[in-house]
Amino acid sequence: MDVTHVSEGQANRETSYAKMAIWWFLASEVMTFGGFLAAYMLYRMQAAGSWSVLAAGLNPWIATANTVVLLTSSLTIVKAHQAMQHDDQARARKMLGLTVLLGVVFLGFKAVEYSIEISHGYTPVTHIFWSFYYALTGLHGLHVVAGIVVNAVLFVHAGKGKLTLARAEAAGLYWHFVDVVWVFLFPLLYLSY
Amino acid sequence: MEHAIHPEPTTFLRKHVFSVDHKVIGRQYLILGMVWALIGGLSAYLIRSQLAWPGKSIVGASLLFEGGVVLPEAYNALLTMHGTIMVFFVAMPILLGALGNFLVPLMIGARDMAFPRLNMASFWIITTASVILILSMFVPGGTAAAGWTAYPPLSARTAYTGVALGQALWILALALEFVSFLMGGVNILTTAITMRAPGMTMMRLPLMVWMQMSASVLFMLSVGPLIAGAILLLMDGLIGTNFFVPLAGGGGGDPLLWQHLFWFFGHPEVYVILLPGIGVLTEVLPTFSRKPIFSYKTILYATIVAGVLSFLVWAHHMFTSGMNPLMVMSFSITTILISVPFTLIIFALIGTLIGGSIKMTVPMLFAVGTIACFIVGGITGIFLGSAIVDTYMHDTYFVVAHFHYTLFPTVILGGLAGFYFWFPKMFGKTLNPVLGHLHFWLTAISFNILFLALFRVGLGGQVRRVWMSAPSLEPLQHLNVTATWAAIAMLLGQIPFLVNIVWTALAGTPAPGNPWNSNSLEWQTASPPPHENFAEIPTVHRGPYEYSAPGNDEDWMAQDAEPTSAAAG
Repeated sequence: MDVTHVSEGQANRETSYAKMAIWWFLASEVMTFGGFLAAYMLYRMQAAGSWSVLAAGLNPWIATANTVVLLTSSLTIVKAHQAMQHDDQARARKMLGLTVLLGVVFLGFKAVEYSIEISHGYTPVTHIFWSFYYALTGLHGLHVVAGIVVNAVLFVHAGKGKLTLARAEAAGLYWHFVDVVWVFLFPLLYLSY
Repeated sequence: MEHAIHPEPTTFLRKHVFSVDHKVIGRQYLILGMVWALIGGLSAYLIRSQLAWPGKSIVGASLLFEGGVVLPEAYNALLTMHGTIMVFFVAMPILLGALGNFLVPLMIGARDMAFPRLNMASFWIITTASVILILSMFVPGGTAAAGWTAYPPLSARTAYTGVALGQALWILALALEFVSFLMGGVNILTTAITMRAPGMTMMRLPLMVWMQMSASVLFMLSVGPLIAGAILLLMDGLIGTNFFVPLAGGGGGDPLLWQHLFWFFGHPEVYVILLPGIGVLTEVLPTFSRKPIFSYKTILYATIVAGVLSFLVWAHHMFTSGMNPLMVMSFSITTILISVPFTLIIFALIGTLIGGSIKMTVPMLFAVGTIACFIVGGITGIFLGSAIVDTYMHDTYFVVAHFHYTLFPTVILGGLAGFYFWFPKMFGKTLNPVLGHLHFWLTAISFNILFLALFRVGLGGQVRRVWMSAPSLEPLQHLNVTATWAAIAMLLGQIPFLVNIVWTALAGTPAPGNPWNSNSLEWQTASPPPHENFAEIPTVHRGPYEYSAPGNDEDWMAQDAEPTSAAAG
């Protein structure tokens, strides 16, 4: 019997399914946001600076606060993962709870921001820049909502002591991705005027 | 590893409807795809009849249209539906959904997919998408009528087509279809990478598994930009943004952006449905030539190269769109370059036949027919890849004939080769070979007459997607009539197929576990495979193509057969 091949087969099974799946999923997500941002940047370059005036209508301070909130939540979910490496369900639960809370704070800030902008007359049909702004931040916002739901479910799991390391890691990878998207959106929308 | 295993269901609903068993889900995808194929085929009948006898009442069409006459608006909707249905609701469910789901776990020696419940969700999401697509045909204004490529501004404003809600529902149906196959792709990749049986190295995988993996990767990496584009198109249609609609005073969007986003997906998508068709050939040809596949690695690496190149050719669909001529040149070069890996694959497939002891069974006939017809599609692709030639041919029936010659052989003929090959395994019954032969010849001959005629009318200048051809093309009208009769013959040619299925289901003889003396793991278990596929997870000792090995008494050697001293793998 060919021993090397057998051991390779067994090693395969130890790879976390969840991790493998989430990486493939994120690869396709990168392409979605990549295509979206490429479209935005091409239009913006074609407009030769005329969109900068429009971008000045955004509120970079709220966005900066939101950047801090979201990056902090990345730290808390890493802490949750770290806790799970020692199978510390209680601490993981606390950290997941914080992550959910920070996600909700982000959405709250975002809602305030949208309402300020709409009250100034900047709606999705005002100009194509604003269309892009609402489409991009809206799609990102939906991803935040999805992440909050996932993290909340894991929060409940941890409460019952049933959270697994693989799930904590998969959720963490997804949440980091949502953060990274924001890290691209923030300068491209708010800081380039 | 234990989490993939689930208890055997006992209720009818759990066993046959909301099943998490990959074999049941595979069969469900197959039925879904075949029902859609019937609808898609009938839409082709209506399109062809209108083109042969413009404005005349069509036999049987009075059920759908007043007096059986297809008006221009209805014609636009029909051609949109034909493309949408055939690509997204026939080819993908059958080649990826049915064959991928059914075969990947069996071929790698696993008990199920990595995520059985996700698998079930994928199927029910595409079923929901199917229902939405059908509903879109009955809303005021009718269903989408801007072509399966949904070019704006046509698709972005109700004013141009009169379609209001239909276009939005079309986008929603497609979005759900994408979600379904994204989940399916994640599942197939994770399964094939992490759940292989002991000894099943990547280089011992049947090439079909590689083709399913390649198709999944291509789909997952290409569909993202189209999802972004679909969101923008939906906003244009529903709330009146201008992403793709130019404005008179400037400041509007650009319809070309949609074309880029669509074809960035659209071209890899062609290979998403083409590669599993080739994958069927890589299993059928060695089995019925009783010979190893000709250069496993050539096929594998050529597939990967073709996959990478498929991301760099998309703008060859846009040569006449007014984009920068420098881009036209570079995309022309990459397009012609992509014929190199495909030529290698086709040579390797033909090389598999050379010197083999060929058995012309029904699956083998379909497989050889696939190669013969696909070569015509490939060669005409080189014509169109050259921007100078394409400028004349663009949007004519030459293009229509070309892509039907690439996708019909691989998806329909290749898919049918797979159907006849794995039917005994899937359903445990033996199909009637005489009806199978009849089915093949009726389908293949009518297909060739139909699309050879369309090459000619296309060269004559007949433009696609137009309700009737120009009066100046009257001398070629007899070819349109010929093509339509061939299309009708092709549809009638499916009757022996359906009779065969019904007859076999009612009175077919039970199939043995390995009716074709084939090597790969799916044949080394019962037909149909039991719950959890294998009594015991097999240990793999060799690749899947060890046919007629020297020193072996049999002309085949199962992948999991214990090696003897003379014929160790």
